[in-house]
Amino acid sequence: MDARDRIDLTTGRGLMACPRCDALHVEEELQPGETARCIRCGGVLAKPRGGAFTQLIALSFTSMVLMMGAVFFPFLEISRMGFGNATSLFGVGMAFADGVLLPLVLAVMVMIVGLPVLRAFLLVYTLTPLAQGRAPYRHAARAFRWSELMRPWSMAEIFVIGTAVALIKVAGLATVHLGPAFWAFCALILVNVASRGFMCQTTIWDAIEDAGLPTDGREMVEGRNG
Amino acid sequence: MSEDGHPAPILTAHRAGLLGCRSCGRVWPQDRQTCDRCGADLVPPDRRGLQKVWAWWAAGLIMYVPANLFPMMRTQTFAGLQGSSEATILQGVVELMHYGNYDIAIIVFVASVVVPVAKFLAIAWLAMVAGRPATVEQAHTRLKIYEVVEFIGRWSMIDVFVVAILSALVQLGFVASIHPGPAAVSFALSVAFTMLSAQSFDPRLIWRGLPLRSRTATEGQD
Repeated sequence: MDARDRIDLTTGRGLMACPRCDALHVEEELQPGETARCIRCGGVLAKPRGGAFTQLIALSFTSMVLMMGAVFFPFLEISRMGFGNATSLFGVGMAFADGVLLPLVLAVMVMIVGLPVLRAFLLVYTLTPLAQGRAPYRHAARAFRWSELMRPWSMAEIFVIGTAVALIKVAGLATVHLGPAFWAFCALILVNVASRGFMCQTTIWDAIEDAGLPTDGREMVEGRNG
Repeated sequence: MSEDGHPAPILTAHRAGLLGCRSCGRVWPQDRQTCDRCGADLVPPDRRGLQKVWAWWAAGLIMYVPANLFPMMRTQTFAGLQGSSEATILQGVVELMHYGNYDIAIIVFVASVVVPVAKFLAIAWLAMVAGRPATVEQAHTRLKIYEVVEFIGRWSMIDVFVVAILSALVQLGFVASIHPGPAAVSFALSVAFTMLSAQSFDPRLIWRGLPLRSRTATEGQD
């Protein structure tokens, strides 16, 4: 009930609005394992997990290492009637490298390699000082916000399902050998699924705020984009 | 979910004269432009934001036309002796059915035709009814539809990846080769624009027209 003293209806202190339906909630510290749901739309507001920051950092490093493997090892190889062809992940991106399709090369490489690696890096940058109980690095809030903005555009898992569909289509045409890069990509998906289980944006935002983000008013004005 | 028809009045940030951050949930006074915690721009939940939704929606729809008219990929077998075929999305489905692969044909048809069309219809409907009064149940249905559209949107990109993988892999010189067609780029753009359209939609608008107190509760008291 002392929560009533902490909240301020004129400045919004101690309150949280559901991003899906705008219902106001009083912020409360949750124990690890608890889940807070919106009273109006039922969406999950916060879902802290014990040791989540350390786990997320470890999983982000794992995904970076796996992505290195996925980029540099052979991806798929097919053969039929003595003719053979192997392709790497770069080969897949370069499939569009003629004529009007050229912009797709960049788009595909960014969606399947660039953004997953960048997101992992931004997450490590944001969470490392927080996991050690130190003040966050400069622009940690912006790094985490960008990482969240990139989430829908990072399509590694969609690419893996696309590979499965392509393999079904090719299976009748030629013999297919799966390369190490293919398995690295499959492992990457498992790592991403595990990472999603530990991810709670509200907890990370609160941690960034509580750890005292070194900001002044001027910096926030510069920080506006768009 | 168990709190449906909550009898206590629900105060929204908007009614309290406050503004909630869509990126991190922090609440600020209504005259604020940026969220101090995460740095995102603060947007009030009003129908002006729908212009953006409609703009991206129209761009996506325009791009969807060439995506269906032009070939998605060109298959060449035995250096063109056994025929080289250019297939649009629909022709590809018909071809699969011709060879008796009905199950794969249905999957491809649902993924590349039914889902994109349903997505366009769903976003248009959400944007049209946004901000109009609705019952709590209707609002829950709309939110569910919005969440499904947002979740499923990026999965349409699978077609583009399949074309990329097939064209990179099937380069067997004389025996068979596959090349991407111009529809791949317009399909990718259509998917990207539809994703942007869904992201621009503010789900808070779904709840804007709702009475503060759930209607059944007030009527029960009268």
